[in-house]
Amino acid sequence: MEIVESTNVYAYKLITKKDYFAPGHRACQGCAEALAVRLVAKALGRNVIVASATGCMEIISSPMPFTSWRVPWIHVAFENAAAVASGAEAGMKVLMRKGRVPKRKITFLAMAGDGGTSDIGVQALSGALERGHDFIYICYDNEAYMNTGIQRSSSTPYGASTTTSPAGKVIPGQITWKKNMPEIAVAHNIPYVATACPSYPIDLVEKVNKAARVKGPAYIHILSVCPTGWRLAPELSIRAGRLAVETGVFPLYEVEYGRYRFTEEYLKIQGRFRHLSEEMIDTIQKRVVEEYEKLEKKIKMTEGD
Amino acid sequence: MGKRIGLEVSLSAAEAVKMANVDCIAAYPITPQTHIVEHLSELVNDGELDAEFIPVESEHSAMSVSAGASAVGARAFTCTSSQGLSLMNEIVHIVASMRLPVVMILANRSMSGPISIWNDHTDVMSIRDCGWIQVFANNGQEVFDHVLFGYKVAESQGVMLPLIINIDGFILTHVIEPIEFWEKEQVEQYLPDFEPIHTLHPDRPVTMGGVGMPYVFSEAKVAQDEPLKQSKSVIISAWKELGDIVGRYYSPIETYRSGDAETLFITQGSYGETVSLVVDELRDEGKSVGLVMDRLWRPFPFDEFREATGQTRNLIIIDRAISYGGQGGPLAIDIRSALYKEKNQPNITNFICGLAGRDVTIDDFKNIYHKAMQKVKKHPREEDFEYYGVRGK
Ligand SMILES: Cc1ncc(C[n+]2csc(CCOP(=O)(O)OP(=O)(O)O)c2C)c(N)n1
Ligand code: SF4
Ligand SMILES: [Mg+2]
Repeated sequence: MEIVESTNVYAYKLITKKDYFAPGHRACQGCAEALAVRLVAKALGRNVIVASATGCMEIISSPMPFTSWRVPWIHVAFENAAAVASGAEAGMKVLMRKGRVPKRKITFLAMAGDGGTSDIGVQALSGALERGHDFIYICYDNEAYMNTGIQRSSSTPYGASTTTSPAGKVIPGQITWKKNMPEIAVAHNIPYVATACPSYPIDLVEKVNKAARVKGPAYIHILSVCPTGWRLAPELSIRAGRLAVETGVFPLYEVEYGRYRFTEEYLKIQGRFRHLSEEMIDTIQKRVVEEYEKLEKKIKMTEGD
Repeated sequence: MGKRIGLEVSLSAAEAVKMANVDCIAAYPITPQTHIVEHLSELVNDGELDAEFIPVESEHSAMSVSAGASAVGARAFTCTSSQGLSLMNEIVHIVASMRLPVVMILANRSMSGPISIWNDHTDVMSIRDCGWIQVFANNGQEVFDHVLFGYKVAESQGVMLPLIINIDGFILTHVIEPIEFWEKEQVEQYLPDFEPIHTLHPDRPVTMGGVGMPYVFSEAKVAQDEPLKQSKSVIISAWKELGDIVGRYYSPIETYRSGDAETLFITQGSYGETVSLVVDELRDEGKSVGLVMDRLWRPFPFDEFREATGQTRNLIIIDRAISYGGQGGPLAIDIRSALYKEKNQPNITNFICGLAGRDVTIDDFKNIYHKAMQKVKKHPREEDFEYYGVRGK
């Protein structure tokens, strides 16, 4: 076996060079949402059927007669990606059962923005999660309705100025806190929930792979930096995603069958931790949480100093 | 000949869906559609029908699930009424534009408000221009036959459009009628397996539902309307084939004692059978009256209407929906347009009646006839329609 000098560099090579979300789409420069879509498509490969909601990612990828999709893809409307995916999954299941389509493993992916997920699509999503369809739902959270011109959503963070929560003379932007959509998904008792960010591509790809392996619904909430809507230089998208994670503004974690854990990626990519048993990882996890809580308390105690 | 049994029309509709070997049923309960989906869930749970029954959280999702299922090549069925139709409205239009041959039974019920569970045609008329093939059934047997007919037409290669079967809520859904079932062999002979042109499958990736920029949008829409118009010939031959197999022949419009009639009633849905009795009674009184029942609503059977009504002096068009602030009911509006260029235009009177389950009896129809005969003397204009039997008017 070759000696791997740097696990960091090696790990990136595990991601396929093949693209199923083709270049030439019409996303803005530095769009981390398009990057996230590309990574998800890489992770899932060709055996997938995608149902997309209306929103930036649909508009930029499907201007008739062109398409960026090298996998089967359907868009019906804004709020129903989860329902369309439910129908595709159920339809394929029965066709395979009846022998009209040869049996094989196909992954069903529903994708939508934060508006298409936590606002207008939350009912269809809840229904699909509750019914237990075998599919992955991915929310690409760029924290506003970008496609229609940066209007606020329930996923827009407190304080942010958008075109419908402008920083006015009396009201300083968004006055509500970000809706905790991953927690809403967890409340459906589904096998897998995770948060991810394309600034951490390996972690993202691994989570998508894991989601594809579980039987039943999986939900991944991907923070997707939008330079256009966030009023940010395009070259800062990746950095902004990293900062969101590092500062705890957008923590990366997984909930497997109700068990919460911080992402294992930190440990996994390092050869020096490769030998760790599940219990040892749990011990480390516990300690990390304790330390984090202590730190939070200290921050609170010294607030206003 | 299949067995003939007395059965609630809703249950027999579900049995027809079973005979059509539907793959995916997605529905949300709403009166008066409920018995149909309840029975379908029984058939699935008892193993009598091998299908996925998806108990969705709303009608919007019912139509969305049907779209997804149809897009992978599954035969999809759904069923709703009034508010449910309104809630799924957005997707109803999209399913037609995507050429997904979903079949839907619409148990016609009035649109809110005020909220009412009872029957009229205000629900279907609200989506008249949704791009689906739309037929009306006059009785339970027609409902049964038209489920099988529905899939045959919707899924034919040159059509590939969704289809609505309108059945009057309660008046049809909740009554027990003698229904002649089809033999299994008859179904096999009539209805082939669904062979979609494109499906979502990893082996042949396609993009469905892309963005229509102005440079392609109009072309896309005309490419949708053309097959709808042309579906009429498929519809007529599917009715012919149905008749050859089970002995019941259907046509876009149905006429009754109309040949020599000076005055024709025109109806849609279950009122046709009531009015046929009225025609008999008026004939007995020596009046020259007949009936034309509209079965095919979209594509609109222009030629058939012109032919059936061209020689008639008076038309009494019965509408069960309102076009607020407009020129009467939707049926009257279309028929007036169809006859606009005719040489001998009949006098047209239009009555809107039976809203939200208000009974319209044989005597009422006779009364309508006499009112119409008075009205034609004054050459009524299109806006001179009457809300029949409304107090305080
Ligand atoms: C029923 C309906 N309401 C409103 C719209 C208009 N609309 C299209 S995309 C969109 C916003 C999408 O926001 P999000 O889901 O966050 O996706 P993003 O564009 O930000 O990626 C809106 C409001 C629509 N298409 N359909
Ligand atoms: S507006 Fe934002 S999310 Fe949409 S394409 Fe541009 S950068 Fe991406
Ligand atoms: Mg968004």
